[in-house]
Amino acid sequence: MAEPFARFTSPVIPLPRENVDTDQVVPARYLKVTDKAGLADALFRDWRFTEAGALREPRFVLDLPGMAGRRILLAGDNFGAGSSREHAPWALTAWGIRAILSTGFADIFRANALKNGLLPIVVDAETHRRLFELVAADPELELTVDLEEQAVHLPGDEEISFEVDPFARQMLLAGTDELGYLLAKTTAFETWEVSHPPRVDTLAAR
Amino acid sequence: MPEPGSRAPHPRTLVEKIWDDHVVSQDQGAPAVLAIDLHLVHEVTSPQAFTGLRERGLGVRRPGQTVATADHSIPTTGRGLPIVDQLAAAQVRQLEDNCRDFGIPLHGIGSPDQGIVHVIGPQLGLTQPGMTIVCGDSHTATHGAFGALAFGVGTSEVEMVLATQCLLQRRPRTCEVRVDGRLAPGVSAKDIILALIARIGVGGGTGHVFEYAGPAIRALTMDERMTICNMSIEGGARAGLIAPDDTTFEYLHGRRHVPQGADWEAAVERWRRLPTDAGAAFDRSITLDAGALEPMVTYGTNPGMGIGIGGRVPDPAESAEPAQRRALERALEYMALTPGQPILGQPVDVVFIGSCTNSRISDLRLAASVLRGRRVAEGVRVMVVPGSDEVKRQAEREGLADIFRAAGADWREAGCSMCIAMNGDQLAPGQYAVSTSNRNFEGRQGKGGRTFLASPLTAAATALAGAIADPRALPGLSGQAQVVVGGR
Ligand code: SF4
Repeated sequence: MAEPFARFTSPVIPLPRENVDTDQVVPARYLKVTDKAGLADALFRDWRFTEAGALREPRFVLDLPGMAGRRILLAGDNFGAGSSREHAPWALTAWGIRAILSTGFADIFRANALKNGLLPIVVDAETHRRLFELVAADPELELTVDLEEQAVHLPGDEEISFEVDPFARQMLLAGTDELGYLLAKTTAFETWEVSHPPRVDTLAAR
Repeated sequence: MPEPGSRAPHPRTLVEKIWDDHVVSQDQGAPAVLAIDLHLVHEVTSPQAFTGLRERGLGVRRPGQTVATADHSIPTTGRGLPIVDQLAAAQVRQLEDNCRDFGIPLHGIGSPDQGIVHVIGPQLGLTQPGMTIVCGDSHTATHGAFGALAFGVGTSEVEMVLATQCLLQRRPRTCEVRVDGRLAPGVSAKDIILALIARIGVGGGTGHVFEYAGPAIRALTMDERMTICNMSIEGGARAGLIAPDDTTFEYLHGRRHVPQGADWEAAVERWRRLPTDAGAAFDRSITLDAGALEPMVTYGTNPGMGIGIGGRVPDPAESAEPAQRRALERALEYMALTPGQPILGQPVDVVFIGSCTNSRISDLRLAASVLRGRRVAEGVRVMVVPGSDEVKRQAEREGLADIFRAAGADWREAGCSMCIAMNGDQLAPGQYAVSTSNRNFEGRQGKGGRTFLASPLTAAATALAGAIADPRALPGLSGQAQVVVGGR
């Protein structure tokens, strides 16, 4: 389904805000869509645009010159809290983001991101702080994200290794999805069901 | 029937018992294939999942373990009218089409069973102890109040569950949240959960499932337990459970989808084996003293920014951490509050009583107990939105609706309404609201709107005063609140 997650190099978009929730990533009024198209414009909508739809001044980081096309978001602590809306990773990837660095991610956001070719990378607090400093000192600083090696390469020889769920990594690298895997478990499920009959029948009229 | 808890090799927690009972298979290095007993579907997070099924030529594997409702984007004004918002109307229509095409029962607009997805599951007796329950909605944790492992999923996972009735999951870590003591009059379940989140922060429970325990939890009604489990996600935990007991069984007995007769006895028998075994180990543990709590209110832009109602808005200058200081400054700027100001007496424009956190009959009774025979303050818009059509009917039968109307509040149809502001029920930019919902994020209740989260009692007291008010200060209230809130 998705494309295999290949190694890539990109400069960084710094977003030094803590606890960015998914209501900020995509405000609820954009959840009335019934497909996934057009969500790039909804990304961080209320931080980027005024009521009238004009870009805010001063501009939000995504809309600063030179940011378009960047693929790495360097976010504050605990990114993605709140609503389970998968519209959040859809909007981020529609805009072009492929990896987010933070000290932590909310559970549902992390799971959703991994299913959409968006890599959440957890770094320790010290590395996190230093990355913000490096990017502040050199806004054009490029990082290389290598999922195969589980490492982020900095210019020079330095690298930051990161943990990722081995199964999710395999899925991302192969560009396959979990549904195919689950469909292949049909027999196991039907065997399980024999000893675990349904607890409810929503179709029963009573 | 399987017997969770029988022949256990070691003492297990409630979560472990449910988990073990639902693992279908597990490959080396891969997450477990977890069977899902009940899948709840709503209009906002499902359209793309059904599209995915069509694209792959797949059906819904177990329509009889799936149920849908429309709640998020529907109007809460008169039900006879067409939906004006074209996008919302299309989304609701698509849910209807999808349910018809895939054979899923739908409690849509006009159905007597319609309501917020987390209100109708328990109400219909679909939510039962020991089950695994998912929904494309982070407040699925609500159903944990019945001792079910219930959690929110994204739309890709909605598609997986529709297609296979299974999910891939890693075994969660567990955290015991022990609440000792006894709530004081005027302090309620909402205050327990707001206090917990204020203590641990919005990321505090990440990677964990909470199990709420202790005498203060045991003393709560099912409605109150749901309020607590509902907001587990605001503390970062994907699920929050309470072991089933007689209170649970009493609530469920006789409801439409629970077993009847001898099957009921057998089910209760099985459910009694679910509670955490003595000596079972949690990965973490947190303790709270209910007796020390006062009504809570949030002042900032995430649910962790909460204080006791007698407290003052914190001063960013006093926070040692630069990142924390910036976050607090930003929050206070958005909220237009002054560091150090008392939160009591802060004027509000709107009071919203509703949402899957606090829109059940007992929440409405509490709010009505405050508003009975009184008038809301001049210039304050007060909205009361029942959680389901059934709650609405019951409130009307009990005379609560009349109390709200006589007090000058707006009595609406069931839905999510101003909790998420997708349906036109929203704050204007700059307006302040006290809300019984669960999220005070920037713009959550309308672009530029400012939210204070609080309990139904605090919300109702605020409606009378037109400014944040302490429900304990109302004449004649505390005795009544004691009976309703802490009276077991
Ligand atoms: S009431 Fe609010 S939190 Fe609950 S399901 Fe609806 S939108 Fe979500």
